[in-house]
Amino acid sequence: MTSAALRSRAWKLLEMVTTPLLPSDYLDLVSPLRAGADLRGRIEAVHPETGDAATIVIRPGRGWRGHTAGQYVRIGVDVDGVRLWRAYSITSPTNRQDGRVTITVKAIPDGKVSNHLVRRAKPGTLIQLDLPTGDFVLPQAKPAKVLYLTAGSGITPVMGMLRDTEFDDVVMVHCAPRPQDVIFRNELHDMVADKKLRLTEVHTDTDGMLDIARLDGLVPDWAERETWACGPAGLLDAAEEHWSEHGVQERLHTERFRPSIVVAGDGGEVTFSATGKTVDADGATPLLDIGEEAGVLMPSGCRMGICFGCITPLKAGAVRDLRTGEITEAEPGVLIQTCVSAAAGPCDIER
Amino acid sequence: MTAIDPTAHLTAEQIEELGRELDAIRDEVIADRGEKDAAYIRKVISAQRKLELVSRGVLLFSIFPPAWIIGTAGLSVAKIMDNMEIGHNILHGQWDWMRDPKIHSTTWEWDHVSPADQWKHSHNELHHTYTNVIGKDNDLGYGIMRVDEDQKWHPFHLGQPLWNFLNACFFEYGIAAYDLELGKNLHKRRRKNPEFRARAKAVGRKIRKQVLKDYVIHPLLSGPSFLPTLAATFTANLVRNIWTHSVIMCGHFPEGVQVFERRSIKGETRGQWYLRQMMGSANISGSRAMHFMTGNLSHQIEHHLFPDLPSNRYAEVAVKVRALFEKYELEYVTGPLPKQVFSAWHKVFRLSLPNRKPKVKTPDREKELVAA
Ligand code: FES
Repeated sequence: MTSAALRSRAWKLLEMVTTPLLPSDYLDLVSPLRAGADLRGRIEAVHPETGDAATIVIRPGRGWRGHTAGQYVRIGVDVDGVRLWRAYSITSPTNRQDGRVTITVKAIPDGKVSNHLVRRAKPGTLIQLDLPTGDFVLPQAKPAKVLYLTAGSGITPVMGMLRDTEFDDVVMVHCAPRPQDVIFRNELHDMVADKKLRLTEVHTDTDGMLDIARLDGLVPDWAERETWACGPAGLLDAAEEHWSEHGVQERLHTERFRPSIVVAGDGGEVTFSATGKTVDADGATPLLDIGEEAGVLMPSGCRMGICFGCITPLKAGAVRDLRTGEITEAEPGVLIQTCVSAAAGPCDIER
Repeated sequence: MTAIDPTAHLTAEQIEELGRELDAIRDEVIADRGEKDAAYIRKVISAQRKLELVSRGVLLFSIFPPAWIIGTAGLSVAKIMDNMEIGHNILHGQWDWMRDPKIHSTTWEWDHVSPADQWKHSHNELHHTYTNVIGKDNDLGYGIMRVDEDQKWHPFHLGQPLWNFLNACFFEYGIAAYDLELGKNLHKRRRKNPEFRARAKAVGRKIRKQVLKDYVIHPLLSGPSFLPTLAATFTANLVRNIWTHSVIMCGHFPEGVQVFERRSIKGETRGQWYLRQMMGSANISGSRAMHFMTGNLSHQIEHHLFPDLPSNRYAEVAVKVRALFEKYELEYVTGPLPKQVFSAWHKVFRLSLPNRKPKVKTPDREKELVAA
């Protein structure tokens, strides 16, 4: 018998020993970061960067397979006991000696996860991790000239690149409201002092928003540069337009952070994505009834919110709990009780 | 069962007001539910796993009597924790709000021969919706006992103290059969029903796994301690079964608990539903350890009012609920475990015989409300 077959036999036997749990349920108690476990990480330190941004140092579990500079990772954090998932760019270089990775988080107003990470996260806390992903990355072949065009927390993936790979000629144009809002400012200035980077800071509180036409003045040879841009949609839209106008759009790489903006309203169009049906719903009728009326096969039980026999994934949009008025927004893994939830705006129910 | 409806003094408006007050209690807990609660259930789960691991470890040496005693006691407690404070409550969806896929009603499986999904259907859906409605809530006597004067007596019921005792000893199998609605499904035609067959198969699989683990694998691992370990796991299962059976009997069977007629729940309002839960359940008083070991089902009344609130909150909710009972002049049935167990058993014995007094009618809410 091969050793793999032997191991799988042994594992089967272990499963018989631990049924109805799995051996991993016990192993998780002692070694949650081991190889073969669900991918997790442990927060080891939280370093403040600016008044509202901090860098989180994470020791990833053994299943971590490294990242490419510029990529992001989804992390699952328990905030007030509820697990919430968000994506953050990785700001550490790929060759960090101790195997740790960092993300740098800017607290956004009312942002549950970002505020938690910046202000309350404690070293020692376990978080859930996905493998890193994203194609906002550097190419294999080194470009001769590079431009990084960033604004606000859009600097984070670019910082991962800057720390990872040195180029001969790098220019960065970065926008932030005030000097003290520039994340990584000291490190950037050190790079400038070492002649590794030429930096233009645009302070929008005093200089106003960056007008993309000003780029000609700031970086005269911008069109010859391989450019990576990350920031708010307005900036990226303007950049894309500008680059195509000059026929050099293939030199521009952009990364958009898409904050899912859900406007909670009263009723809306409900999509039953598994069945492919779409119907209009008011804000007072339970989604269970809406689905049944539309001929969708809906699981149900008590029809009054107590048996949890009707729970169904909410893929997109928002719903309102008819008992408490509480709004639930779609996130991966979010399940709702259709018998006591009504549409709060357009939503997508996986049935 | 009392001759007079103990809720007759309430007007329809009062009942709806009561419902609103209960909703407010629920909302308060939900608004405040958070990190502490999550930490609580995680701690309990981790403690249960460690206790089970250590107990099974000790039982490897159960050939030595002290090891047998310690291991058996530990395993009994671990199994009770698994079924009560953890399994029952997670399967109710009490912890779904955490969005942790590992501690979730859709993924949890317990140390029990009834598969979680089948139990969820018969318990969460049927029992909790139709609490104490004769003919609808099969938990009333599990289909093998007569638990109210209104139910027809049959000579078969003479044996019910014995059935009840056997059911207590092998409670998990009783529950599995009950979740399968075995009695009803044994007819030839029903047995062939593919849906029933699939469910029966699932139960068979679960039983096989459980039996294999408790009565074959672990004893075998114990080598020379084979027989003592076998005896230990059997004892632990017995202890767990008798304990859970006792706790559950105390929830709906003691004297003073009301049952309802099928037609009384037609068109039931939220307030009336709440009232039925209040009158149809009974609590057990005792220490914090006692509440913990019952999975907080000692707060059965609160659990029936709010089956999806985290169990660690029932104690604080109970104070407010009890105040409402007083305000509305309703009887809050509670008492220490021995008293409640005795009361429930007393009823089982009493109702094994035909009614002595002329038959009295079960409260019929509908009629009274019309009259009121
Ligand atoms: S059908 Fe019971 S909770 Fe929705």
